[in-house]
Amino acid sequence: MTLTATFEASARPPARSVPRGLVFVLPAVLLLLAIYIVPIIVLAGFSITDYRLGAMNWDFVGARNFTAAFADPVFIRALANTALYAAIVIPAGVFIALGIALLVYGRKSSRAFWETAYFLPVTATLVAMATVWQFLLHPSLGPVNTAITWAGFDPVSFLGNPALLIPTMALIGVWQVLGFNMVLFLAGLTAIPRDLHEAARIDGAKSPIDRFLTVTWPMLGPTTMFVVVTTSISAFKVFETVAVLTKGRSGSETLLYALYLEGFEYSNTGYAAALTLIFLAIVLILSIGQTLRMDRKVHY
Amino acid sequence: MLRFLPHVVLAIGAAIMLLPFYWMALTSIRSPAEIFDISLWPIPETFSGGQNYAQAANTVPMARFMLNGVIVCSGILIVQVLTAVPAAYALAKLQFPGRRLLMALVIAALCVPMQALALPLFVGLAKANLLNTYFAQMAPFFLSVFAIFLFRQSFRSYPDEIIEAARMDGFTEMEICWRLVLRGSLPSLAAFSVFSVVAHWNDLYWPLIVVSDMAIAPPPLGMLFFSDVETGANYGALMAGAAMITAPMIVCFLLARRSFIAGITMTGVK
Amino acid sequence: MSRQSIELSGISKSFGPTQVLKEIDLSVREGEFLSLVGMSGCGKSTLLRIIAGLELPDDGVVEIGGENVTSRDPADRNLAMVFQSYALYPHMTVRQNIATPLRMRMLPLAARLPLLGRLLAPRETLSQIDAAVEQAADTLQITHLLDRKPAQLSGGQRQRVALARALVRQPAAFLMDEPLSNLDAKLRAHMRDELAALHRRLGATFIYVTHDQVEAMTMSDRIALMIEGRIEQLGTPDDLYRTPATLSVARFIGSPTINLLPAEVTADRQVTVAGMETGLHAEEGPATLGIRAEDFHLASTGMPARLLRAETHGADRFLTCQLMAGDGSVVVLRQSASDRPSADADGKLHLRFAADRVHLFGADGRRRPVYVGGKVAA
Repeated sequence: MTLTATFEASARPPARSVPRGLVFVLPAVLLLLAIYIVPIIVLAGFSITDYRLGAMNWDFVGARNFTAAFADPVFIRALANTALYAAIVIPAGVFIALGIALLVYGRKSSRAFWETAYFLPVTATLVAMATVWQFLLHPSLGPVNTAITWAGFDPVSFLGNPALLIPTMALIGVWQVLGFNMVLFLAGLTAIPRDLHEAARIDGAKSPIDRFLTVTWPMLGPTTMFVVVTTSISAFKVFETVAVLTKGRSGSETLLYALYLEGFEYSNTGYAAALTLIFLAIVLILSIGQTLRMDRKVHY
Repeated sequence: MLRFLPHVVLAIGAAIMLLPFYWMALTSIRSPAEIFDISLWPIPETFSGGQNYAQAANTVPMARFMLNGVIVCSGILIVQVLTAVPAAYALAKLQFPGRRLLMALVIAALCVPMQALALPLFVGLAKANLLNTYFAQMAPFFLSVFAIFLFRQSFRSYPDEIIEAARMDGFTEMEICWRLVLRGSLPSLAAFSVFSVVAHWNDLYWPLIVVSDMAIAPPPLGMLFFSDVETGANYGALMAGAAMITAPMIVCFLLARRSFIAGITMTGVK
Repeated sequence: MSRQSIELSGISKSFGPTQVLKEIDLSVREGEFLSLVGMSGCGKSTLLRIIAGLELPDDGVVEIGGENVTSRDPADRNLAMVFQSYALYPHMTVRQNIATPLRMRMLPLAARLPLLGRLLAPRETLSQIDAAVEQAADTLQITHLLDRKPAQLSGGQRQRVALARALVRQPAAFLMDEPLSNLDAKLRAHMRDELAALHRRLGATFIYVTHDQVEAMTMSDRIALMIEGRIEQLGTPDDLYRTPATLSVARFIGSPTINLLPAEVTADRQVTVAGMETGLHAEEGPATLGIRAEDFHLASTGMPARLLRAETHGADRFLTCQLMAGDGSVVVLRQSASDRPSADADGKLHLRFAADRVHLFGADGRRRPVYVGGKVAA
């Protein structure tokens, strides 16, 4: 103990680096103020006014923007749509990715190939790929429906039937997020010491299910937690697919799209600021636990 | 038989994952008459690739979009690195008042998505008459709290003894930061660069807000313009456009798979 | 049950182009403490993993208690293993860690599932498991740690938990892969005694892998010294120390390292070192004479040498000397600290050695018989 204490004391930079440190962080601090702190204060300010971009006059409206939001059928619908989207993307995006990671992890020579194949959608520009999906899912021209009719079913109007819009976009969301989650799970799997698997085998865990339950799944706990959090945050930020595929028609707005329309198409700045704060609250709730964990690691 | 089951399952999954890419490439070289052909045979009867790509490049200024993408992405990356590296070095290795507060702010800012800041930033840029500029596209991303966090974690493991020896040898603090400490974290720098470029090459939300002038639009926004212009009329050209926009990131990925995956994954691990 | 013999015959194993085990034959007796010793890379860990079933041999047969288990799953071999890293499940408490081998064997799969399983597990089996865990914990004096997680334990405590997990069921044998190497020196010496005591108490078969010859010498009934994928010598610690079969064994066993002097056996079968006759006789040819530090002593006549340094380690003193004849070999001599290092003012002294305790090795590295005045000396 004493040894460590001495070591840390000597490792501490000398006191004369005080001004230097400030010079080094100055640009970052100024940008932090300009990009994060001031905008958030301004945002909070907007949210209690009826300010419209370009308008000359504005009034304080208190919490009226927030009460209006929860009475606004469009916003409620956007919230429900986003929740439905997340309810599909989170479990499918996490568990299918885990399954793929387990399969890919066991391959030796072909691992790099599978990793590449599944990861490719993560790198692709979603706007362009959404256009491709639109074509793939076309009721008459697309190969997906051709395959469905060939199998003897009625063609599915993925992007025509209002009830299918959100699930269809969620499928594209799953397609895009799988590779990312798979790579996170692979990193988690690699971090499990080989000894533990061997100990489990000697302890009598014969079936792969036993080994999964005894070692793999519990050891992946933190990874799984992280994957769930990142997947849900990205699910709540869904925007590109809506912008390309539906533009919100037939009541298919998502949270971020509704926010975009209010703030930037209709210039209802005050109201959009209230929506933004609600969006921010959701994201913060989702990420708070993860961030605290990270924070603890930082202070160690 | 059971031994091959994982391969079979993986192959079916991969086929689904890669189908859009294949279909995009295939349609982009087919003639309008063949668009209705749903066969997956890779060789079209008449090769119309040249025509489709030419149409995509001529209907909208594709090359311009790509150039805009390069300008915006590199501008963002350069400023991010220039501001984040010294800050991360100070947070990792120097003592100054407010250090803990700044670290707490950086971590808090990590949780705030860009979309939550878009509204006030947009109003500010509009007031300053800066909409429809490269600056407006880049400004909100000049500070990457993620980069600060990442570099700080990486710099912390750099041995203090070497820094102290360098100080005694007469290195300035800036030289220590850039020439010694950053040198030891080059993999982090590479991974972050990849992460940053991919994120901003593919971003649609912010350009959609601040750019209406086609001349400075980045690729995703250009693609959106193009698909609006081409509504269903010519899928071949549409797919050619999509292929052109997607190709740079895919080619980068295939060339630098390792640092690519590291870069994208770094948002997460640790 | 926990006394089974283990029989290996013709075990070979290659990783890629490197052959790590070359036709190993080894029989471990019931209740024996056998150490596999050797430098890293000699194949000792691989051999242990083959016994455990974690690796399959390319060739050869593994028998436990007379049954051929060569291709049997590790779970079906009824062995327990203590890993170098201890391999405790970090998410489980000590109690759960120790219970795992029993839960796997005594509960059906459905009862081992999380949440749901608790309802399906038969009460009496669970209380049997509990009792066994308590008993194992008691044996290793870790009852007070049962509800902690491995991360909250010290290295020595983790070591005990790993041992408790191994002995909670009565395995056919205990396999240990360098179990003490992550402990500090003092604790290691202490755990060495405890392990030896545990072995005596359980009377179980222990196979113990280590690179530390002191561990092997102090605990084992027998030692198999492995070099480059072969068993160089198998015997009691005494055998290996007193009659090393080869030069390599002589070099590996013993601290300080045995003194090796180039020797020549003349045509009239006289063993000469540095041109001097030793009074020993052997077959003609070039040879190496091995003399342990304690088998040298100082005398008024003998091999002239110069004292380089003297180090006192508690009761012993080690004298490092350079022979003044021949190639000037440096040798280490051990004497009691109460003896005086009888060197002249200029550091000159004379060495003699116990003729009946020397080791002679031929050019091929094998031990050769030596005679002292017609009698076999070693």
